[in-house]
Amino acid sequence: MFDNMLISAAAETADELSIGDAALTAVFGYAVVFSGLVILMIVLYCTGAIFKSKDAKAKAAAKKAAPAEPVAETKAELPLAPGSAGHVKLFDVPDKEAAMIMAIVADKMQKPLNELHFISIKEVK
Amino acid sequence: MDILETLKTLWESSGFHSFLIDGGWKNLIMIAVSCVLLYLGIKKKFEPLLLVGIAFGCLLVNLSYFTGGDTSDALYHVNLWDNFLNHDHEDYHSYGAIMRNGGLLDILYIGVKAGIYPSLIFLGVGAMTDFGPLISNPKSLLLGAAAQMGVFLAFFGAVCLGFTGNEAASIGIIGGADGPTAIFLTTRLAPHLLGPIAIAAYSYMALIPMIQPPLMKLLTTKKEREVKMEQTRVVSKTEKIIFPIIVAMFVILLLPSTAPLVGCLMLGNLWRECGVTERLSDTVQNALMNIVTVFLGISVGATTAADRFLSLETIKIVVLGLTAFCFSTVGGLLVGKIMYAVTGGKINPLIGSAGVSAVPMAARVSQMEGQKANPSNFLLMHAMGPNVAGVIGSAIAAGFLLAVFK
Repeated sequence: MFDNMLISAAAETADELSIGDAALTAVFGYAVVFSGLVILMIVLYCTGAIFKSKDAKAKAAAKKAAPAEPVAETKAELPLAPGSAGHVKLFDVPDKEAAMIMAIVADKMQKPLNELHFISIKEVK
Repeated sequence: MDILETLKTLWESSGFHSFLIDGGWKNLIMIAVSCVLLYLGIKKKFEPLLLVGIAFGCLLVNLSYFTGGDTSDALYHVNLWDNFLNHDHEDYHSYGAIMRNGGLLDILYIGVKAGIYPSLIFLGVGAMTDFGPLISNPKSLLLGAAAQMGVFLAFFGAVCLGFTGNEAASIGIIGGADGPTAIFLTTRLAPHLLGPIAIAAYSYMALIPMIQPPLMKLLTTKKEREVKMEQTRVVSKTEKIIFPIIVAMFVILLLPSTAPLVGCLMLGNLWRECGVTERLSDTVQNALMNIVTVFLGISVGATTAADRFLSLETIKIVVLGLTAFCFSTVGGLLVGKIMYAVTGGKINPLIGSAGVSAVPMAARVSQMEGQKANPSNFLLMHAMGPNVAGVIGSAIAAGFLLAVFK
């Protein structure tokens, strides 16, 4: 439907386009691209919100089902990854960023990651 | 047997003789151009997977097709495709005539003309693309939309320079920084400009690390470039499966002319994400992608026959293409700056320049520039959002232009 509307609007100008028509087409085209992607963005936000609330509900249900263990005990029970040289302390650095930093350092030093021991990673502000 | 007569016939049927007939010198220039393109592809690694094929296609067509000479042995026949597009000719839209009378490259070119290769390339691109960064940060779509500015500015510029609406639309799409989309749109609207447009599109995509950084530095402050962005949320498998279905439904309903490109892009992505079609995903990412790249490169190169390529129009297209690229980058950066201001400095405007498609080159440039400003900055995943949004954005821009001018 949208296609047909555009075709009929511009059919006369398809071959010989005046500068005014070209400017109008350009502005309209940019607006169509923008509005199309804005609507898609809204759709993605809506689906994202649905999934986030589902996740939150699932987490809450899981918490209710299993009583929380003392934090200290959990920490003590954390197993070492196979081949790892120990735990690393992170200060204001998310896990994923820390993993990325360690991978980059290993790559720059041309050493296997499991031969390096990172004691701590701290964000310098 | 008259040896002299035979030698004369051999000489007259050779390409060397054709260089001396009317317009043959143009083929020599195009052979030199193809050698330059081969150098850029092989030595400078400018999009080598496609540019080497395009350059060799260019070489082959200009070695075998001479406008004023015998074209029976040519690999590609410009005149056959002129007849194919001529409403009054008996071979109008007759692929049969191409199959009967065409050379090898004519037959391969049918895949370009019918829009098969660009769509199959999109199938592979979809299977190779992780839309996770976009799903976790849907605002990226705004940057992908903003970076289509060059498409429409170049379109307007092309009309001002005397191109028809169809030609201007095909030239403008170079600013989408998306080779298959540019080829797809041009074969439908202005097939006679396919050679220069495809070469300009792929050359500029390869030059992104040189074109974008000066604009990025010019339009952003050091403080803006230093911004470290927060990590986005983790996207669930189900969301990744639903995404291609939603996008395909929404975009194709909005602009049905985008169906071949967006449909293939999203089908490839669904194969990647659904987890039950690994074999298909692997095939379209590797084997099929490579096969189509072979056919696409060589047949696009074949459209650079000397008498069509060597014209003032080609120079205009090259200049307009560069303008389109620059303005697309500027559009993305400006909206990035707006988002920086609106979010109180949480978004690094450098990711805006990645809104031009060119996956993943443009995102890498954002990462490099961000890291130059702040060595602890990791913008790559944040820039991948606008980058893949740009692919959808340029497909929508192409769909709009196709709907208006077809």
